[in-house]
Amino acid sequence: MSTPGRNEKRIVRDIAHARAGDKGNTSNINVWVYDKADLELLKRSLTPERIKQAFPHLITGAVDRYVIEHLGGLNLVLHGALEGGVNSSLNLDSHGKSFSYLILGMLLSESDEP
Amino acid sequence: MPSQTFRIGTGAGFSADRLEPAVDLVKRGNLDVLVLECLGERTVAFAHRDRMADPRRGYNSLLDRRMRALLPACRAAGTKIITNMGAANPRAAAQRTLEIARELGLTGLKIACIEGDDVTQSAPRDAALMDEPGRLSDVDMPVVGMNVYLGVDAILPALQAGANVIIGGRLADPSMFLAPLMHHYGWAETDMPRLGAGILVGHLLECGMQITGGYFADPGVKDVPDLANCGFPIAEVASDGSAVITKLSGTGGCVTTATVKEQLLYEVHDPSAYLTPDVTADFSAVNIKSVGADRVQISNASGRTRPERLKVTVGFDGGFHAEAGVSYAGPSAIERGQIACDIVRQRLAQTHGIADNVRVDLIGASSLFATAQRYPADTQDVRLHVALRTRDRTAAETMLWEVEALLCCGPAGGGGFRGAITAAVVTKSILIDRAQVKPSFTVQVA
Repeated sequence: MSTPGRNEKRIVRDIAHARAGDKGNTSNINVWVYDKADLELLKRSLTPERIKQAFPHLITGAVDRYVIEHLGGLNLVLHGALEGGVNSSLNLDSHGKSFSYLILGMLLSESDEP
Repeated sequence: MPSQTFRIGTGAGFSADRLEPAVDLVKRGNLDVLVLECLGERTVAFAHRDRMADPRRGYNSLLDRRMRALLPACRAAGTKIITNMGAANPRAAAQRTLEIARELGLTGLKIACIEGDDVTQSAPRDAALMDEPGRLSDVDMPVVGMNVYLGVDAILPALQAGANVIIGGRLADPSMFLAPLMHHYGWAETDMPRLGAGILVGHLLECGMQITGGYFADPGVKDVPDLANCGFPIAEVASDGSAVITKLSGTGGCVTTATVKEQLLYEVHDPSAYLTPDVTADFSAVNIKSVGADRVQISNASGRTRPERLKVTVGFDGGFHAEAGVSYAGPSAIERGQIACDIVRQRLAQTHGIADNVRVDLIGASSLFATAQRYPADTQDVRLHVALRTRDRTAAETMLWEVEALLCCGPAGGGGFRGAITAAVVTKSILIDRAQVKPSFTVQVA
């Protein structure tokens, strides 16, 4: 994951909030914009491809994405992303409760912004 | 005019949830039903282990304290309790609750016990595993217990029998909320849109404070007032299944469209297909609207045909989970901590042949996100953390020994060794046909 080199680079947390949950070895993270006007930016920033590329060692399976247009949110489903799941992961956070902040820490993809 | 809403509160959203706000909720909430949701996949597996060790155990370890505090308050308020605190031993949990009710002089209290979720003897050993290849019989670990998720069809008969307290084991979390709604409003079990709406209420409330400001605060962007005194949630449910989510006045926390949205898709994959034993619920078109301070209205949930096969959680004895740590602080803390990481890994592998299922983290520099990303750390306070999963108790003890040995045989200034070995359980899921599941209930009167 790239690190912000300059202060003006914005991250997902600047426009959205999120919550992570687990089922087996799958993590789901729902992400909601504070301002509906930012939903397109969020969608562009959190494509399944971009998320997989950001965390190639963590996410061993596919990334599914559901858009909840009228509420201004995304549901990200990260398959095979919990290091075996709560039963077998040796991560201190075996539920991946903290993974909402992996997503919130990603850089926004602002280059295509109108 | 049927303007009265049906009031359901949550008094526990997981096995170790807080108790005092639940008592407050019952005393001041004017509730019809209080749900205590206390069971996760791992919790039930641990409960089976407890039951194997002592046949009188295997239910939620906080049941005594919860019932002593809540039974008198619920009787005074006319509030029913529905709970899955029975875990792996609902019969013992109901018996214990009966004893407590009698001790407290709550004569006439009707306590129902729901059984039939334990399918350890009847589930087919050749069942295919869900979400992974292979069959149940392929798993090379001893089974400790199997529990099928029971829905409203298991709970409704106990409500119809007039039970004041309903105790089960693996009752599906949202079904504990849907059942009293169906019973109160007379919703048919074929009215799938309405059942979907009731499941939404349950889904939003089942994690307790996660909808009233818990698991939410992030300073500067999501501030939560008085989180220390956060209140448990209440749903005021109308006959069409729409509801207002709120909490008691004077409690901390907040109910906002943001807290409700985060919980809407918590542990949900496809928002249009949330599978429960009672209905395939559809949350994709749910409307969420603020209708006052700490009052959020939800509407427009739906549902369709329930699944024909039910999910079973299978718990296995996973051996031991061992953890140990040593801390380093001050200048060069990260560098010294890194030496500790390297040499403990080397000693475990070279001297003891322990190299698999070991994880070494440096808390403060890189731990939770270690697999996901590397980021620059700038701290003078780190902690080596070693985790090991093994079937061999001696290997677990050896790991702790090698971490403690770092105090004299590691880098400078290491202190604060702690180590612990706990039982590990592993859970997997299978599906069984609904026809194989036969829930039953018994009622005892205090």
